[in-house]
Amino acid sequence: MSAPAGPAIADGRALRWGRVLGRWETLLVVVLAAVVAAGGAALPQFLDINNLADSTFNFSEKALIALAMALLIIVREIDISVAAILALASVAMGYANTLGVPAAGLACIGIGTGACCGALNGFLVTRFGIPSIVVTIGTMSLYRGIALVVLGDQAYSHYPESFGDWGQGYAFGFVPREFLVMLAFVALFALVLHATTIGRRVYAIGSNPLAARFSGVDVDAYRLGLFILAGTMAGLAGVLLTGRIGSTRPNIALGWELEAITMVILGGVSIAGGAGTIGGVFLAVLTLGMITYALGLANVPGILMTIVIGALLLVTIAVPASLRIGRPARR
Amino acid sequence: MLSMLRRREVQLGLIVVALACAVGFRAPVFLSARGLDSLFTDTAILVMMVLAQMLVILTRGVDLSVAANLALCGMLVARIGQFHPGVPLALLVPCAMFFGLVLGSINGLLIGFLRLPPIVVTLGAMSVFRGSIFVMSGGAWVSSHQMSPAFIDFPLQRLLGLPHLVWLAVGATLLAAYLTVYTRFGRELYAIGNHPVSARYVGIPIARRLFAVYAISGLVAGLCGYLWVARYAVAFTEIANGFELSVIAACVIGGVSIAGGVGTVAGAVLGALFLGVINNALPLLQISPFWESAITGAIILVAVVLNAREGPQPGRRILDAHAASESRAAAAGAEATVEP
Repeated sequence: MSAPAGPAIADGRALRWGRVLGRWETLLVVVLAAVVAAGGAALPQFLDINNLADSTFNFSEKALIALAMALLIIVREIDISVAAILALASVAMGYANTLGVPAAGLACIGIGTGACCGALNGFLVTRFGIPSIVVTIGTMSLYRGIALVVLGDQAYSHYPESFGDWGQGYAFGFVPREFLVMLAFVALFALVLHATTIGRRVYAIGSNPLAARFSGVDVDAYRLGLFILAGTMAGLAGVLLTGRIGSTRPNIALGWELEAITMVILGGVSIAGGAGTIGGVFLAVLTLGMITYALGLANVPGILMTIVIGALLLVTIAVPASLRIGRPARR
Repeated sequence: MLSMLRRREVQLGLIVVALACAVGFRAPVFLSARGLDSLFTDTAILVMMVLAQMLVILTRGVDLSVAANLALCGMLVARIGQFHPGVPLALLVPCAMFFGLVLGSINGLLIGFLRLPPIVVTLGAMSVFRGSIFVMSGGAWVSSHQMSPAFIDFPLQRLLGLPHLVWLAVGATLLAAYLTVYTRFGRELYAIGNHPVSARYVGIPIARRLFAVYAISGLVAGLCGYLWVARYAVAFTEIANGFELSVIAACVIGGVSIAGGVGTVAGAVLGALFLGVINNALPLLQISPFWESAITGAIILVAVVLNAREGPQPGRRILDAHAASESRAAAAGAEATVEP
């Protein structure tokens, strides 16, 4: 996750500075540490362990979506429809709930809806060769539209008690279960992306889809699979979110797609594809989560956080780029 | 004649007319002078935004910040008008345009000169702009009674029988058509989108052109910001939320390729009119407004699928696929290696 310490080389500061900057995750660790230090110093309640544990509720579901989004962006695709998938999954669960489906069934329906939506995205992208941004702008409108049609001006609530167990529940008395789910998926995604053939192929596709295809990678199968994965994770996030807030409203998870993409980009995943780590995304999730938490404790209105998050995104990509300018390109 | 029919814009035009007739068949008021008048008035802002977005997409970019830019500029002029009622409209409108231009230039600087990916930059800018509206207004609304009558009336005032809004859209269309077809600037945008590396080799100043394109996009968003606020006589933080996706959708329906280098003004305008017809028809057909989003989404998907299948010559498909991925790879490579 962090740069290897390595023996100190007497090679001057430029190289070391370059290496530190070159390792995006190190930068994120520094930012995260700075945020936590500043928050802890300025706000007395910041380091309270229960508060910290509860603050993870705000980003655990988004992080699940961001993990799948990271893989999609690494293979040069994107899914704008994830938040709409979440909304549709939530509506499907709400509808099933009115028919008396038990909690476990509801969760399966939510995740299944997500997988189906993702499959449609993937089918349209791979079968017709349409850019994924176009497809998912369309399906975003479609999925949220269907959710609106089913929901009308109503809201679903009255979910069974046990349905909220995973969204609201705690493990060991104070750690939200959602956070543990997220940690498990972070570990799983990191393992698959960084330690398996599947992961190497994902990078290969992102670096050069054509070369990957000529090397025998079934590029379209991977793309389809990753879209289904993104839908499934959005469905899962929908299960957790619906269980946590206990209701389904038309505006559920509105704008989350942009937050998930922000997490991914901030995590050092290149929008051009082929580069990025799960560790980086995880650190970005924690950093954004801590910033949101600190601003929330300081009573800063939510919409101001969008400025902070947007500015953070711009600064993090602009600073390395402006350092690069005027320097000869490395061959 | 047959070759005319093969043209995308003609097909789309026929579809729009057919759709309008179908709606008119069910609800005759739609095709009345008043119905068409309100159709064009309601679609005018979309048309202008779509034309600006088209220039951006031609260069392989995308500007997701336009709706937030529009809302921010709208709020700015609304507040200037609210607190300084003496400021004449002739000053307020340029003010909105200038402010939009400045915001767009920030995008342009980052994308053109720092060569950052447009989708990321404009995504970040979108958040910052949207949040800034809240900062500027403190979350308060500016409603109609806080705006001067001249401020509110301008967009709907008529000149030769048509509202100013429609005239502005017509003007923007003519200007964009001239720009893309007859000027060197416009042709260079196509060149940049078709093959950035070649464009650089033939000496097109890519950074300056990209800067200009995002600045123009911002300028149009600023103008539309004033028009939007005045038209609906209200300004608040969330106005035009998600409008950027309608704008991009209209471009896509109009045949502007998100991969860059392909698109015409006629197509883009028809794409906007297509969405306009649907949006205006739904209430007339007494379809619940809840259906609007689903129908729009389904139509976008059908449009892009048809567009993808009816490519110029089926036999060229593999070549096209190669060209697309090669030039994408080249673009990525250019970003890493080509240094002035």
